[in-house]
Amino acid sequence: MTLLDFARGIGLQVAVLIMIAGLFWRAAGVFLLRRRSQHSLARTSLIGRIAGGATMIFSRSIPRRTFWPRIGVSVALSTIFHVGFFAIIFGGAPHILIIHELTGLSWPNLPKGLVVIISGLTLAAMIAMLIRRIFHPVMRLLSTADDYLTWLFVFLPVLSGILLSGETVAGYETLLALHILSVELMMVWLPFGKLMHGMLVFASRGAMGFNFARKGAAT
Amino acid sequence: MNANIKPPMPAAKTPDASQVELAMHGFVSDFGPTAALALESCVHCGRCAEACHFYVQTGEAKYTPIHKIEPFKQAYEREVSPFAFAYRMLGLVPKISGAELESWQSLIYDSCNMCGRCSLICPMGIDIADLVEQARHGMFEAGLTPQDYLGVLAEKEHATGSPFGLTVTKFQEMLHTIGVEHGVTMHVDEARADIVPTVSSIDLKAYPSSMAAIAKILNHIGASWTFRTDGFDADNVSLTAGDRAGQRATTLGIVQSAIACQAKTLLMPECGHSFTEMRWEAANEFGKELPFRVMQITEFLAEALADGRLRVNKVQQRATYHDACQVSRRGGATAAPRAILKALGVELHELEDAGDESWCCGGGGGVALINRAAPLREKAFQIKQRQVEATGMDTVYTSCSGCRQTLEHGGKATQWNKSVASLLELVADNLKD
Repeated sequence: MTLLDFARGIGLQVAVLIMIAGLFWRAAGVFLLRRRSQHSLARTSLIGRIAGGATMIFSRSIPRRTFWPRIGVSVALSTIFHVGFFAIIFGGAPHILIIHELTGLSWPNLPKGLVVIISGLTLAAMIAMLIRRIFHPVMRLLSTADDYLTWLFVFLPVLSGILLSGETVAGYETLLALHILSVELMMVWLPFGKLMHGMLVFASRGAMGFNFARKGAAT
Repeated sequence: MNANIKPPMPAAKTPDASQVELAMHGFVSDFGPTAALALESCVHCGRCAEACHFYVQTGEAKYTPIHKIEPFKQAYEREVSPFAFAYRMLGLVPKISGAELESWQSLIYDSCNMCGRCSLICPMGIDIADLVEQARHGMFEAGLTPQDYLGVLAEKEHATGSPFGLTVTKFQEMLHTIGVEHGVTMHVDEARADIVPTVSSIDLKAYPSSMAAIAKILNHIGASWTFRTDGFDADNVSLTAGDRAGQRATTLGIVQSAIACQAKTLLMPECGHSFTEMRWEAANEFGKELPFRVMQITEFLAEALADGRLRVNKVQQRATYHDACQVSRRGGATAAPRAILKALGVELHELEDAGDESWCCGGGGGVALINRAAPLREKAFQIKQRQVEATGMDTVYTSCSGCRQTLEHGGKATQWNKSVASLLELVADNLKD
């Protein structure tokens, strides 16, 4: 069995299994905690509260203008990274092919050259984010091993993807195997570390929006 | 207000093992899905620091809001989180020590107003102010509420229903005196009334004219109303101290007094945290929906102006307005004071950050009641001071006695020439005959 066979076969199966089990475990651990009933009279109807939750899921992606001067760098880097990361996943031809095989869905891909440029920008943004995490006093204080591992497990697929598109440092099969393995590593890490925020963000923003709407506060 | 208060108890000592256990119990019992979701979601981006006046004014990373609840977070990870067993088994999250808890006391109490500005910036939608309130429960149970003098007041409130230990007789005397001095009829302990106004102990001590103002307005609109001496002090210092039992007792005392006279509306004074407690928490403590409406005074006035019950004269004035965080950003009543100012014809010059984005004055969340926090509080106040000065206005109106007092104290410390005034009193002084 070659490294690529392993990555495409048992490696992928194990990664998916761990990811799904971990996601269920973590979600259950959070959402099955005892909920406190709210008896106070809400300012908004249930529909209004749900709308508040939905609004906040989107509104928190763009900070209020008053905060821009102080968090501009953080927002810029985060935006470049997130937009780039999803553009690579959903715009890269090989990725679309995989999605098509799994779901039957397909859409036009971005030109390979553009994906390489986006990957480069994403990588650069990630390196800048790491530097900030290490040197910014607030981020350094808050950061734990989880933050650095999460960064690493996201960085590796982006890096290996760029290398794969160039096919310069090794052969195609080796690079493809390394790329798939790095993605599997990321999948395995997803339920256990900060990467989980990609899932939780909708719930936490939604919950806050729901609660704020209940009070009639801005969402 | 703090000059005459001396702490009767010694300062808190490093908690022993049993007190740490109590703190853990206090922390752990608060973890529902919302708090857990918040702690699980944090990506350590540090943006909350940039919305916090304590960090912005000092540049010290330790004032990062989410960092202030580190022991609470640690307790969650070790005791409750989905992977708690692994954290304990592998020693990834150490047990919190008494010394650690003690070292966090000033961060959880002195440097957080629970103003929720950090909650406004958080990209993950984490209500850090709420988590701080919950974290204080554990700190209180470990005996780590600052005694000079927040803890002392909370203790007195728990025992008597009033942080200053005001007796029913004393309150009755005060109301009588206020009525006589201001020439206004006071309704006290009437058997039935539609509206029951509550008071803040800050008003009782520093701004008795605000109680005269409430009476004057309620008389003016011909309301059926009464002060109740069996549950009058809505300050709820216990909430900010972290004393859940005291918080509940104080709240239920007021709820019962309103029920006793079949009130339809419980009117909250110009006070932020008391509104938060009665409007959003009281029903939970009561166990079901309250049989009356809870309104902050600005909401009541805005409603009465809108439906024509209340009519006011126009005043020729230009002023700015300071929002109480608990009423506006966290209470959903941002529009009410603006509607009142408009009805009064006041030319409002908003602060650079106003309404939901307003900076806290620095005194909320019990910080005004911690003597040692004064230097830090004054630094935080400077943001408000700068923004008020930038408007060029001489008068700042507000609808919170705590804010009013903090602004006045901050002003005194810097020989500030601005006048800080109550919106409620402005209305009472300009009632249309």
